[in-house]
Amino acid sequence: MTNHILTVENLRARFQTPDGEVEAVNDINFHIDPGETLGVVGESGSGKTQIFLAVMGLLAKNGKATGTVRYKDKDILNIPSRQLNKIRGVTMSMIFQDPMTSLNPFLKISKQMTEVLVEHRGMSEGDALKRAINMLDRVGIPGAAQRVHMYPHEFSGGMRQRVMIAMALLCDPEVLIADEPTTALDVTVQAQILDLLRDLKKDFNTAIVMITHDLGVVAGLCDRVMVMYGGRIVETGTVRDIFYDSHHPYTEGLLKSMPRIDTASEEHLFAIPGQPPNLQNLPKGCAYQERCAYVMDRCCVSRPGLFGFDDGRASACFREDGQ
Amino acid sequence: MNAIRKKKNVPILSVRDLKVHFSLPGKGFFGPERKLKAVDGINFDLFPGETLGIVGESGCGKSTLGRAILQLIPPTDGQVVWLGRDIVGAPHREMQPLRRDLQIIFQDPLASLNPRMTIGEIIAEPLVTHKPELGKDEIKARVKRMMARVGLLPQMINRYPHEFSGGQCQRIGIARAMILEPKLIICDEPVSALDVSIQAQIVNLLQELQREFDLSLIFISHDLSIVRHICHRILVLYLGNLMELADRDSIYAAPKHPYTKALISAVPIPDPEIERTKERIVLTGDLPSPINPPSGCVFRTRCPFAKDVCATDVPSVDTINDQHQVACHFHERM
Repeated sequence: MTNHILTVENLRARFQTPDGEVEAVNDINFHIDPGETLGVVGESGSGKTQIFLAVMGLLAKNGKATGTVRYKDKDILNIPSRQLNKIRGVTMSMIFQDPMTSLNPFLKISKQMTEVLVEHRGMSEGDALKRAINMLDRVGIPGAAQRVHMYPHEFSGGMRQRVMIAMALLCDPEVLIADEPTTALDVTVQAQILDLLRDLKKDFNTAIVMITHDLGVVAGLCDRVMVMYGGRIVETGTVRDIFYDSHHPYTEGLLKSMPRIDTASEEHLFAIPGQPPNLQNLPKGCAYQERCAYVMDRCCVSRPGLFGFDDGRASACFREDGQ
Repeated sequence: MNAIRKKKNVPILSVRDLKVHFSLPGKGFFGPERKLKAVDGINFDLFPGETLGIVGESGCGKSTLGRAILQLIPPTDGQVVWLGRDIVGAPHREMQPLRRDLQIIFQDPLASLNPRMTIGEIIAEPLVTHKPELGKDEIKARVKRMMARVGLLPQMINRYPHEFSGGQCQRIGIARAMILEPKLIICDEPVSALDVSIQAQIVNLLQELQREFDLSLIFISHDLSIVRHICHRILVLYLGNLMELADRDSIYAAPKHPYTKALISAVPIPDPEIERTKERIVLTGDLPSPINPPSGCVFRTRCPFAKDVCATDVPSVDTINDQHQVACHFHERM
């Protein structure tokens, strides 16, 4: 028996669209342990968000997920939402990129926050309000007792994201899935939110999934990293593996193309040529072949699976094939 | 930078005490009118072939400043001296020919392109407006040449914007800005909406075009890593006020303003060891409202070094050397 809190096996998500079926996510396998932070990195359209929407049972209506998603020992993929609601928002919470669209503009923060507690914990309105104020205080909202009675539009972007985080934490979740929680925020506010997440991990042993395109955020927060490209995992490893010894050409390109604030720049910035792939029209073979500096004949014929090596490391590239 | 300045020490653009204030209705029915000071007294020079970065958090007035320079938003006060001539309040008829040399690229690449025009029409529009004497074939030839230059296939000339990805749309925006071979392009967050791998492509393209056409660029951005890569000098804005203005090397190696320090230290570095051990100045709270800015130094409410004097006296913009200006009472101790 393992102590993985979340296990995902062979997860696939497909969407029916007027232009045919789109495979957004394919062959996803990973697990998270308590207190661990997993970084999920990739560009727009790489499928990084869809994995976790599938896990939470939040895929769009035309989407269908197959495979296995286990919360502890319980299979939770495609179970009825009444059962799923006992887990999501309670032991597994998700926060989204844009806090304004995830909060109901018509309801006061107090109403939105206490609802969860009354519903899931059977608390009285008064107790729930106390807990909500407590939580707002914890995420660093000044004057929480007064501000809890305000509407979402009365908060700034950074404060709204804090409200979202406070809401996600109300029921002491064991897994917190954060989908680009700081992308819409200024760097100084981003630093505050990242500190908050670090504290959570330390104080409550919360497992955190950090979905982001910012490798700097991953470097500061995550234990393990999963790099996505074209709907598949292309490389996994510890944060040190990925940053100091990347194996997949895409990871390597991504790291090299980021201008860094701590080094005086060279004349030309390294750029990965070409465009991210269109999921509706993936090439035969490796999805990265057209942009890859190491492309070989076999990359255009067959798709490399994940080659595992070392301790828990893997890269989906024929260069690992030991030849 | 020094080389640029020695070669041509006459600025192409001088901004003097530029102010943009917006009037807002008063609180309640009879309340007095309120003023939002989006840009409040900015001074700087821009030299030919130079890239000036304007950085700051959202709401600091960086886009308003860019637009006020182009007279897209009328400044409330101050001067914008373009090639020796103040263009603030210039009538449309006099402004129109100057616009040939002054172009802008926007943040959202798709939203800034008319969805009902082909990209050929979009890129040709400045030519049609400013050089009506050109024949159709000549315009088409120039559009195709520019498309090839910015990395678009010329045979795509009859396609519509929605058929392109974000990075390609930004290339179309750049082609439209470049077609008249302007002297200055204001780039308003040109890569913020793009994926990491595409950002580098667009940044490289802008730098190549700058060298080729001796362009001056004003690069408005909140991303301090990219600014460090592309800009020669950097202006740090906070609530419409200049905090610091210096050449790239001084501002990143030895920032003198606490806000600049905090901004730089908040940017995550893609290296786990450095990122987890670096010294950080964490600012508390959010940007105050520009309608009711703090007295004295506008940054004092979030400044970890603020003293009593900061609440009463507005710090002057001190010149440390001719490359470095800073507005802080205590910059000597930083």
